[in-house]
Amino acid sequence: MGVIDIKKIAKTEQLFAPGHRACAGCGATIIIRQVLSVAGKDTVVGFATGCMEVVSTIFPYTAWEIPFLHVAFENVAAAISGVETAYRALKKKGKIKKKINFIAFGGDGGTYDIGLQALSGAMERGHDMLYICYDNGAYMNTGIQRSSATPFGAHTTTSPAGKKIPGKMQWRKDLTEIMASHGVPYVAQASPAYYQDLMQKVEKALSIEGPTFIDVLSPCPLGWYYATKDTIKIAKLAVETKYWPLYEVDNGVHRVTVKPRKFKPVEEWLKMQGRFRHLFKEENKWMIEYIQKELDKRWERLLKLEEAGL
Amino acid sequence: MKETWKELPIGAIIKEPGSSKRFETGDWRTERPVLDPEKCIHCMFCWIYCPDSSIKVENGKMEGFLYEYCKGCGICADVCPTKAITMVREEV
Amino acid sequence: MKVVAKTANEAMAEAMRQINPDVVAAYPITPATEIVQIFSSFVHDGLVDTEFIAVESEHSAMSACIGAAAAGARVMTSTSSQGLALMDEVLYIAAALRLPIVICEINRALSAPINIHCDHSDTMNVRDSGWIQIYAEDSQEAYDSVIQAMKIAEEAFLPAMVTADGFILSHAMQRIDMLEDEEVQAFIGEHKSPYNLLDIYNPITIGPLDLQDYFFEHKRQEADAMMKAPEVIKKVADEFGQKFGRKYGLVEEYRLDDAEYAIVVIGSTAGTAKDTVDMMRDKGHKVGLLRIRVFRPFPAEEIVKALKNVRVVGVMDRADGVNAYGGPVFMEVRAALYEEEKKPDVYSFVYGLGGRDVKPVDIERVFQMIMDADKGKKIDRLNYIGVRE
Repeated sequence: MGVIDIKKIAKTEQLFAPGHRACAGCGATIIIRQVLSVAGKDTVVGFATGCMEVVSTIFPYTAWEIPFLHVAFENVAAAISGVETAYRALKKKGKIKKKINFIAFGGDGGTYDIGLQALSGAMERGHDMLYICYDNGAYMNTGIQRSSATPFGAHTTTSPAGKKIPGKMQWRKDLTEIMASHGVPYVAQASPAYYQDLMQKVEKALSIEGPTFIDVLSPCPLGWYYATKDTIKIAKLAVETKYWPLYEVDNGVHRVTVKPRKFKPVEEWLKMQGRFRHLFKEENKWMIEYIQKELDKRWERLLKLEEAGL
Repeated sequence: MKETWKELPIGAIIKEPGSSKRFETGDWRTERPVLDPEKCIHCMFCWIYCPDSSIKVENGKMEGFLYEYCKGCGICADVCPTKAITMVREEV
Repeated sequence: MKVVAKTANEAMAEAMRQINPDVVAAYPITPATEIVQIFSSFVHDGLVDTEFIAVESEHSAMSACIGAAAAGARVMTSTSSQGLALMDEVLYIAAALRLPIVICEINRALSAPINIHCDHSDTMNVRDSGWIQIYAEDSQEAYDSVIQAMKIAEEAFLPAMVTADGFILSHAMQRIDMLEDEEVQAFIGEHKSPYNLLDIYNPITIGPLDLQDYFFEHKRQEADAMMKAPEVIKKVADEFGQKFGRKYGLVEEYRLDDAEYAIVVIGSTAGTAKDTVDMMRDKGHKVGLLRIRVFRPFPAEEIVKALKNVRVVGVMDRADGVNAYGGPVFMEVRAALYEEEKKPDVYSFVYGLGGRDVKPVDIERVFQMIMDADKGKKIDRLNYIGVRE
């Protein structure tokens, strides 16, 4: 995959129009713009119910300059697998000739939790589609409730930092590895702060015939409690603190695509977000230590997998 | 006047792509980005990181902002490598 | 025309084969499983051009069907009971999106307790989902109705389910007059879509958020489509009758012309009921039967016309409302008759739940009860027939 020439891309037609009702500083909209800049006009997108679908398609306004399908919360993978199958059936009959990209988008809610079955089924069946999860680590659209993607210790409205229980007590699910275990040809993790890496991964995924999956970190100013201007800064810190390693599993082989020269301690990432504020209390310091240890462990594991060619 | 049920397209579909452009979100903001064209190196970072597609680019050059949509999030000012963009409080 | 011996499952699978849809996304469930199995072997033997998606649940089956139909493909599936219930939210979505999907539905009781046998609780559960519902009396009608349903759905732009009673029809061999493959293709014609997601030159947004200012209008539009559906169904049935000789309507009247007492029934029980009517007529009773074939759209006009001169009506429901005011068919029939100056006295009889066999003697008992009611005996308005009390 070639280097992404941002100047050239800035000249192409924008397929996600302004005038949508996303919050100021929303990470997910940045992700969508970067993805579509690579995917191009011959693309059909499906969205699970969630922030992006809701803010971009309020009748009669739509921000989409390409075909868009929304069915329900937990079934975008199934719906898009149906679209892709219809495409193959009609192509076989000679009714369609163009090559069309099929991309299903879901938030972590519609992907890790309620949508996991449909995602797993679609990936297992081998449909030629890309699934992108815009992962903001909670059910944001309904007002910040915990999902299985919510990081350990985070405050959400259903895992609040309370007097007895200080936030979410479970480590987040490693969906990227779960999808890698499905044996699909390509799986990756990306961050919108590293647009070259993200866009190259999307390009690669779309060039592969078969099911592909990319989990993208999507900072949310409202749910993570930070100033809107810091979205990209935080998306970068996540990578620099090992919270969100940027890697891919290409035909079953792990490869880390971005290796920061010097890592920052996880406190740098945590202290920027109000949802982790309570971790800095004396009685909760153990949580920060635990997080750092886990992140170090998981990073080491990733490096070892890469080294061993696994 | 909003359409009657007989006038609407079948199945609640939206036929006009990009119709959100008719909805101006610019009045959401409390700060607006201001460009210093001398400092701008046209790296396109502000363009690739703008959540609202509100950076005006013409012929590979950064020309300014679409103030009718810009929500004033401040990301462009934050990512600009030459600090060519400053956020200025909106006046009533 | 070929005469064959087939179960309703086999016959419906054959109808699907002859329709040759572009996409089928299905999941197995008793007693509909065979339809999916038989169709899979058609696919793997190259007898159809269909792309088959062996989805991982019924919810995904209907979701994939919606995706495929939105993309302009001709789409079918098959399910029953819990599967239909699992699809529930997506059924409503399919109808509101106006997609012409056809389901071969095998009637089976909804859990709990888990029961694989026939009753109408599964389809009654989704009667307000916006789907056209056709209940077949026998396997011939199931076969014929699946073919008609494809055409009806693509004209009304509403999805349709053709239902056949579980095990009673789905697994029992009957004599079927099958059409030729070309005849079916000629009858249903080219696929028609309300819109096309894959037209990338004219991109559309499907499934937007609809707020207080537009939702009501969109729903009114959907209701209008269902109001226009009876005409479409009658037109397709007439065309089918002209071409192939078998006539269908929204309802079927059996010996109602001079009937004093009538039973209203849906599905395979009508067969037993017709025999009972004949038996009782031989004894001199003026009895008749109204079978409702199309339950949605509800054929109020036809029902009123058929029943208004009858003295007492017993409506038999193979589904219970659990302390609704009677079974679902009873409630709707009675509501339709309410306007009439001169109208029959109507009683509810819930029967046959979970495949409980209904015999001529049970139906005779229903007639006896409504005849007694006419003679002044006090009969409960809401009754259960065939349960051990």
